[in-house]
Amino acid sequence: MKRTTAFNTTAAGWRRASGWLGLAGLAAFACADLAVTRSNPGAELLRVGAGLLQPDFVATDGLGRALANTLAFAFQGVALGAAVGFLLALVWHRRAVRAGAASVRAIHELFWGLLLMQVTGLSTLTGVLAIALPYAGIFAKVFGEFLEEADPAPAGALADDRRRLSRFFYARLPLIWASCKAYTGYRLECALRASAILGFIGLPTLGFHLETAFREGHYGAGAALLYVLFLLILTLRLWLRPLLLPLYLLASLIWAPPLWQGSLETLVRFVTQDLVPAPLKSGGGLSELGLWLGNLWSEQIGPGVWHTLVLGLAALLLTALLALLLFPLRSPLFGNRASRALGHLILVVLRTTPEFFLAFFFLILLGPSMLPGILALGLHTGAIIAHLTARFSETLTLRADSARGINRYAFEVLPRLYPNFLAFLLYRWEIIMRETAVLGILGIHTLGFYIDSSVAEFRFDRTLVLILATVALNLGVDAFSRWLRGRLRLSTQGHPVP
Amino acid sequence: MSACQSKPAPLFHFQGARLGHGRETVFAALDLTIRRGETVALLGPSGSGKSTLLAALRRQQEPLCAWCPQEQALVPMLSVFHNIYMGGLHRFGTWRNLRALVRPTPSQCDSVARVAEALGLSEKLYTSVDRLSGGQAQRTALGRALFTERPVLLADEPVSNLDEHQGMALLGDTLERHDSAVVAMHDRALALACFQRVIGLRHGEPVLDAPSSTLTLADLDTLYRP
Repeated sequence: MKRTTAFNTTAAGWRRASGWLGLAGLAAFACADLAVTRSNPGAELLRVGAGLLQPDFVATDGLGRALANTLAFAFQGVALGAAVGFLLALVWHRRAVRAGAASVRAIHELFWGLLLMQVTGLSTLTGVLAIALPYAGIFAKVFGEFLEEADPAPAGALADDRRRLSRFFYARLPLIWASCKAYTGYRLECALRASAILGFIGLPTLGFHLETAFREGHYGAGAALLYVLFLLILTLRLWLRPLLLPLYLLASLIWAPPLWQGSLETLVRFVTQDLVPAPLKSGGGLSELGLWLGNLWSEQIGPGVWHTLVLGLAALLLTALLALLLFPLRSPLFGNRASRALGHLILVVLRTTPEFFLAFFFLILLGPSMLPGILALGLHTGAIIAHLTARFSETLTLRADSARGINRYAFEVLPRLYPNFLAFLLYRWEIIMRETAVLGILGIHTLGFYIDSSVAEFRFDRTLVLILATVALNLGVDAFSRWLRGRLRLSTQGHPVP
Repeated sequence: MSACQSKPAPLFHFQGARLGHGRETVFAALDLTIRRGETVALLGPSGSGKSTLLAALRRQQEPLCAWCPQEQALVPMLSVFHNIYMGGLHRFGTWRNLRALVRPTPSQCDSVARVAEALGLSEKLYTSVDRLSGGQAQRTALGRALFTERPVLLADEPVSNLDEHQGMALLGDTLERHDSAVVAMHDRALALACFQRVIGLRHGEPVLDAPSSTLTLADLDTLYRP
């Protein structure tokens, strides 16, 4: 019998794309610096473990204040971001709005924080704006897409007149209200993490004390701070009630009013002098500017982009493998009640811990190299995608005689949810790149490392160009991911990807 | 029937059984015996309990049954080859199965190709099910049941998307490869032509149960009258 196994299947297309991405990931692993430079990571891990088992809640002075600040920055940031984002969503069809939103959200909260700090100092306003600016871009995109995908029939059925506002409030807004509410709740969770992490660049939130405690080896005190953050995020659904929202917002405004403390001159000087490339400021022409950019490219942007890409791709591969390995732990199609409870716990802990903190933690454990970054991003994002994939697997109904265990996984389940898994992965790629760049602040040589150094040297003209480079890299990866999703005809079928 | 004639042992047996889904009762008290070697057509209007009964039969003799459910339940993004092969997953080791998913061996290809050939699917063996017509997909589902290689066929409308002649030929062929069968269907002529016994269901009750040789199409019509 003639044997022709040229598969002409839908699965083969996904397999090919995954194969190429996997190969790129392997190549990235080959290029990446994976050295473990700490002499005895095991002993350190034991000490961390002991700290996690014996959290010390009284060691940190001002824990309450840090907690209140974390909450206040997050609430005000999300409120402002959602309001601005919502207004932008109304004009989402405009190209300029889309491009502007994409650019502001491509800059990480921490980078915004580093920039704003130069003008508004270590103030509430810096913390609030660092969250509100990128979130406005994110909200604009998500709300804009909700509006685009909402059923146009109710609005079309209304009498045709010029009352656009009433039309909007009667026939458009009700359709997307529930989704917007749910998404804002989710974003508040993210903002709590972001607000805590802003402490790493000096703002007075939980992250400030968390960094100090871990850096100085007070793991008991660090564990307590971590548990407070977990508690805050995991109980969110209990205390976040729509009716109480105005109260929370008011309380946060009273506790930490976002007042402008700097002077106008500082802002003007920052924009008109500090951000202007050095050769132009000293009266040089275009050729000097070209030379300056060339040097910056070969010394900082080039290596930074390369390291960011390598780390991001390696993290993407690890994310994919971990997600495929972990999702059965939480899926009702596999295991038993006990294994699912355990899987749920693992995924919740990994999802709730900010990837920036995970990277910091692995850096302490393993020493500086790309390994901590890859592990942190892979574990955190892998847990998120495993969670989303497991949730999707709940919608599958398998036939009564379906195989069990590994056979079920490989033949029945994986092929059916692979398009969703791949779409989740490609959507998250942009976020992985964004986080990869920012890990540089911890000392890993991605773009953030050069951004952080330029800020430390007060060379803000370089900071600006480097931040624009992260924006370009992000937009590039996003465009590639969108192209690939379109080519493979992937969609998440109504499951929004956080 | 003489008392000394030995009957084969009952394959399926219900006595006053209550069948349903969760709280919903479909059969209040079912009495039914099907013996090894019998081929049974299950007839009845939609909602009369055919699928419920088939599922209950399967639960009684799971290790003996090849299963061909109505909602075809194929994996659409995989090839006809893999969907047919899936029927035989229990017969091979896990490692061999995983290998077949990536790169099947020539012997695996041949054994599945033989099943596909009998179903007229040779051309489409390595095409994914989501690129097939409804009839081709239905034949793939039948192929999966055939490749299970178990003696009792339980099928729910396995040839409803095929034309009369092809349906009759494939059903006859499939029945020959099993020693017993219970098949739910709507085509009354096919039921009389291919099966030894016909059971007619209405509102969760067997209202007709007779050898097909004693029945006419008109007898079966009464099942569907309001």
